[in-house]
Formats: sequence, structure tokens, C-alpha cells
Amino acid sequence: MKLNGAQILVDCLKSEGVKHIFGYPGGAVLHIYDALNACATIDHVLVRHEQGAVHAADGYARTSGKCGLALVTSGPGLTNAVTGIATAYTDSIPMVVISGQVPSPVIGSDAFQEVDAVGITRSCVKHNFLVKNAQDLAETVKKAFYIATTGRPGPVLIDITKDATIAEIEYEGYPETIEMRSYQPEVQVDLQQVEKAVAIIEKAKKPIIYSGGGSVIGNASKMLTTLTRNTGFPITQTLMGLGAYPATDKQSVGMLGMHGTYESNMAMHDSDCIIAVGARFDDRITGNLDKFCPYAKIIHIDIDPSSVGKVVGVDVSVIGQVNDVLHALIQGLKGKKLANIDSWWGQINDWRAVDSLAYKAEQGVIKPQAVIETLYEVTGGKAIVASDVGQHQMWAAQYYPFDKPRHWINSGGLGTMGFGLPAAMGAKVARPEMDVACVTGDGSIQMMTQELSTMLQFHTPVKIINLNNGYLGMVRQWQEFFYDKRYSMSFMDAQPDFVKLAESYGHIGIRVEKEEDLKPALIEAFKQKERTVFIDIVTDPTENVFPMIPSGAGHHEMLLAGRDEMASTNDSGLNLV
Amino acid sequence: MRHIISVQLENESGALSRVAGLFSARGFNIESLTVATTNDPTMSRMTIVSVGDDNIIEQIIKQLDKLIDVVKVTDLTATEHIERELLLVKIAIDTESQSKVEVQLDKFDAKIIDASEDFYTIELAGKSQKINDFIDAFSADKILEVSRTGVTGVCQKRQS
Repeated sequence: MKLNGAQILVDCLKSEGVKHIFGYPGGAVLHIYDALNACATIDHVLVRHEQGAVHAADGYARTSGKCGLALVTSGPGLTNAVTGIATAYTDSIPMVVISGQVPSPVIGSDAFQEVDAVGITRSCVKHNFLVKNAQDLAETVKKAFYIATTGRPGPVLIDITKDATIAEIEYEGYPETIEMRSYQPEVQVDLQQVEKAVAIIEKAKKPIIYSGGGSVIGNASKMLTTLTRNTGFPITQTLMGLGAYPATDKQSVGMLGMHGTYESNMAMHDSDCIIAVGARFDDRITGNLDKFCPYAKIIHIDIDPSSVGKVVGVDVSVIGQVNDVLHALIQGLKGKKLANIDSWWGQINDWRAVDSLAYKAEQGVIKPQAVIETLYEVTGGKAIVASDVGQHQMWAAQYYPFDKPRHWINSGGLGTMGFGLPAAMGAKVARPEMDVACVTGDGSIQMMTQELSTMLQFHTPVKIINLNNGYLGMVRQWQEFFYDKRYSMSFMDAQPDFVKLAESYGHIGIRVEKEEDLKPALIEAFKQKERTVFIDIVTDPTENVFPMIPSGAGHHEMLLAGRDEMASTNDSGLNLV
Repeated sequence: MRHIISVQLENESGALSRVAGLFSARGFNIESLTVATTNDPTMSRMTIVSVGDDNIIEQIIKQLDKLIDVVKVTDLTATEHIERELLLVKIAIDTESQSKVEVQLDKFDAKIIDASEDFYTIELAGKSQKINDFIDAFSADKILEVSRTGVTGVCQKRQS
């Protein structure tokens, strides 16, 4: 069958089972858009900015577990996409990004809308390809999906020259299998390593399971729950891992790290056995490395060998798919008698009694924490919550306990402001039957408001919860704590009327200024199943995120709301981001 | 410690910059890097000399292994191995120094590959230390130009 490159590409995507593409056309991809136009089985969402396309594909992938797909043109189309690609890379999200490139004969001539896409994206993709011949398209697409979705997932870029999309060649169909001598993601779990892990676990008197994004991405919820239940161990989850184990279960001690709970961080600090599951010891988790988990033997389960020993030395590592390793570990622990940990639980419950997430309600002010609690109540804890980046992100993570994986969608690693809205849109495309909330702030939302237009055109009704405190809150908080309240450029004096903004894009806008209006407004918003509702909520401008491990401190040096109103840091802390 | 890391990778455009980019992005140090195709034209071999403690070298090897184009990574320093480097150097001569230069050439088993009236172009292969010693054997003002390939190496076993 004779087809042009663009038609071949679209056939490859169909064969890969792609149902949704988020993208934006331009000169270098016109042939691809022409071929897409003739394809009935793939829906294309036309975003308003390429960064939005990639975040939407990312939100789609995080929600569905499928590979996200974004399509952009050459030059600025690609450079706009880079932030989105880096966001997905840092959080190991499976995604294929297709970018157009100038015709191969003019590559290198500084042609119109030419950039070195492969060069620019090299350090923020799992892999990338430049395709200059239509003959190479099918195999490259096959490789791209294979690489993006296997092993430790990540974004893969395919940069395709325009002439490769135009050339007509004999198409022999999409390859069914692919073999790469240089890439073999399947790993057999080393049972000897599992035995070593079991030996440590057996003796543990103060164990804790520390689970990360790998448990979500690796679809390991069931195994993780079985291990936790079978052992009776406490479990703490990272920002990226929330939902893999039900947060409302009594064995869950909440999130850990900089804004984690007191009980989880204290338990990490005092633990004698840490079972790290698909987690990478990020600096937001560990705090000061010199003070990190001084008494613990560490077992590290991960698909990526380079994650092991990168930040923290470990005692036993088990490489493999989280599910496979947990299965082996559960088997290995069968019939073993574990140490009695009643006194450990007694200690943890004492820490719990500190109630580190308690906050003081004030008359006449809407507390941001109360907004998230009300959101939880109104949605029955069942919504998909996509978040932007900043204080609101931490409050959402703290006050909306997730009981299921793939319901909490946030940019954990790169911390990309502007992620929330397009990610919520992508989540809604993936799960149209679900309530989707975008928890955002007045800073973050203004980085991506243009996608409100996309959301109307492609009917992706989302509820936008804007915690509007007039500040870049997290920046303001750090300036209050660490820069003697010198609030340099963290106050946004001029703001749009968000209600009118939403209305001008064809959505519903609601402004909430009084506490008593909060719940009725949220109830009303979620009743509007078919509409996007922007709820602009005026919140306490001075509220800080607590508890907190200040930069440079250890897990046991947490600051608590009510007890420590001010934080300070040291020189090494100031050096941290 | 100094490590010689041998990397077999797909002979594809961009593969070299993936490796070089990895080193700069992660702040690893490169002392030298050589690359050329092997008997299998689809495969290149790259030899990298880097200095770092055990943790850093472990990370370098793991990160190299993670690159999609990389087929195999071997730390040659961890096994019995052979390393060689090639030097091309131009050394100034005059009637007075010529015989002294030739003594050194004999001592190091170096070869004159081009002779002009006032300088020799000399070729020497050997371990990096031998090449350092050879260069050090001449006073700096006699050395007109130095070009070194960087280290390449193989492990001593029949197959690595």
C-alpha cells in the first residue's frame, strides 16, 4: 500500500491504540494534520499553547496509565513544549511527543522555525529520535512507544522532518514486535536480594514502608496494600505516591518530607528498617542528608538501578518492577515470624496525637486548609484532583486523603507552575465520567489560563478551585521565614476578575469571600456536571504551610503550627532550593 | 581514583552527544574520551577516562547503562586490561640537540614519522604515564605541538 509519511504515522498511532492527541498545528506538521483529519478513531484536542498540550497529555497519562501523546510543530512549537516534557521526565510519565522539523535538506541552515529539537530535549527525555526518511517512521514509532512505556517510563520525542511526512512509499504495516539490543527493560527479580531484605525485615522493631511514585506508575497498589497489611507495618507515602495505599487506613501515617506529617517524619527518623518502594530519596523527602534516618537499615526497591545509591547509601537493593519485587517479598515473608512492633505503634500513635495538621480557624477569614477539607467533603473524596505548584499543592496533598492511585495529579519533581489546569483537562479526557478538580492558586493559574478556551471547545468540564491569597504564597512563606519578611516580588497587586475571566471564556465563575459561602459554592459547582466552573476563593493571605522541615534540618526537627510560628534556617539550608 | 570505562553503543548520530551531555549535566568529570566504530559497523566503542570516588564511578556506569543507545558498559579498571594512547608530537631540533632527541626516541621506542630541517614529528603509543614521561623528557621550549588521542583499552580476557 502506497502512503505518504504522514499517513503512515497516523496508521502507526492507530495501531498503537492511540485515542487522544493533544496538539497544535504549524507549518512543519501540516501533512500530519491533514492525515489526522482523515482519521476517525483519534480525537485531537487543539490546545492554546504547546506547553498546555504536553501537560494535558501528561495528566491524561497519569490518570489513565496509558501513554500520553502530544503533537507540536517545529521551532517555537517544540521549545514551548520543553517545560511540559521536562515535567513528565522528572516524574517518569510515559509519553510520546511528536514534533515537526524543517525539511531535511535545509536542516542546519537556520531555516524558518528551525531548532535542534533533539539537542534541546536531550537532557529531559528518556530518548529521542530524528526521522528524516518515511521508511524509518514505523519502526521509530514502535520503538518510541516501547521505550516510553517500559522500564522506568518517560517521555520520548520523535522529531520528523516535513519531507519525511510528504514522501510516498510502500507501507508494509506497523511492526508487531520490536527488539533492541541496547534496551532490555525486563528484569528478573534477584531472589537472593529478596532473601536479604527479608532477613532485615524479620528483625525490625521499628519498621516503616516508604512508598513513592513508582508504586503508582507501576500499578502496584494491590501488592503494596498486601505487604502493608501482612506485615502490620506503618506506611508513609511521598507526594508522588499518594493514593497507592489508602490514606484513610489506620496503617497510613500520611505523607513524609518537607511538609509531611509529624508522625511520618519522626517515624522515618527513629526507624530501624525502611522499606523504600519506588521512591528516589528526593531532597524534599530526605531533608538534611547528614541527619537522614540515622538508625535505619534501608531496603530499596526500584526499577531503575541508577536510583539506588544515588542520594543515600542503602543496605539491600532489589531491582525490578515494583509489582514483581513486592510479590517476591510477600512470598519471602510467608511463614516468617516478625518482631512484635506494638511499642513502635504506641510511639507512632503518640506522635499522631500531636495532630500536626491541626490549624486554627479564624473568624471572617477563609483558611485554605478548610477549602480543601470542604472539597473533600463535597466530592466524597472521590474526585480526581489535579494540582498546580505552591502552597495550595501542599494543602491539597495534606487535607485531601487519597484512597486510590491515579487520583492525585501533580508536578512533584519539576514543580511546574501552570501544570494544573491542562493536566486536569487531560485527566477529564481520560476519565470523562469522573469529577475532576483543579486545585490552583492565583499565581499558578495565570500561567495557563488560555487553556480555558480549549476546555470549552472540547468540552472538558473541570472545577477550578483557586486559592486566591494575592501572593505567590510559597515564595512569600520562605521570604517570611528566611529573608526577614522582605517580600520581594511575591505580591500580585493587580489581578484579573477571575469570575469575568471564566465567563469570557464561556464558563461559570463564582467568587467566594465568606466562609459560609464556601460549601454551598462548591456544592453548586459540582452539580454543574457539564460545565467548567471557576471558583475564586479569597483565602487567608498570611497562612503558611505547616508542619515544615526547614531547609537544612532533619526529619526530627519539624516545625509545627501553633508551636513554631517562625522558622529559621542555616547556611546549608539557604543553599538549598 | 582514575577509571577507564569502555562503552559499546549503537553507531547512530547523536550517540556521542548523549554521552557527553550526560557527563556535563550530572557534573561528572571526563579526562579523555575516544570513540570509533568497531568491526561491527553498527556499533561504536567509546573509551572514557574519568576520575571519581566509588560512588561517582558507580553512578557514571549506571547512568551510561541507562542511555537507550548504550549496549554495554565495562569498567576496564576493575579487571585485567590493556590501555594505550597515541601521541603525535613535534619536537624542535638543531645540530646540537638532535642526538639527544634520538637517544630519547630509542629509550621510549618512539618513531619519527616526519622529519623537517628543524623539527621532527614523532609518534608514540603506550600507557598514558609513558606518554607523560616522554613529553617530560624534553624541555618545554622544544615541544612545538602535542596531540594525544586519549586512552583506548580492552580487557585482557578473550571476551569482555
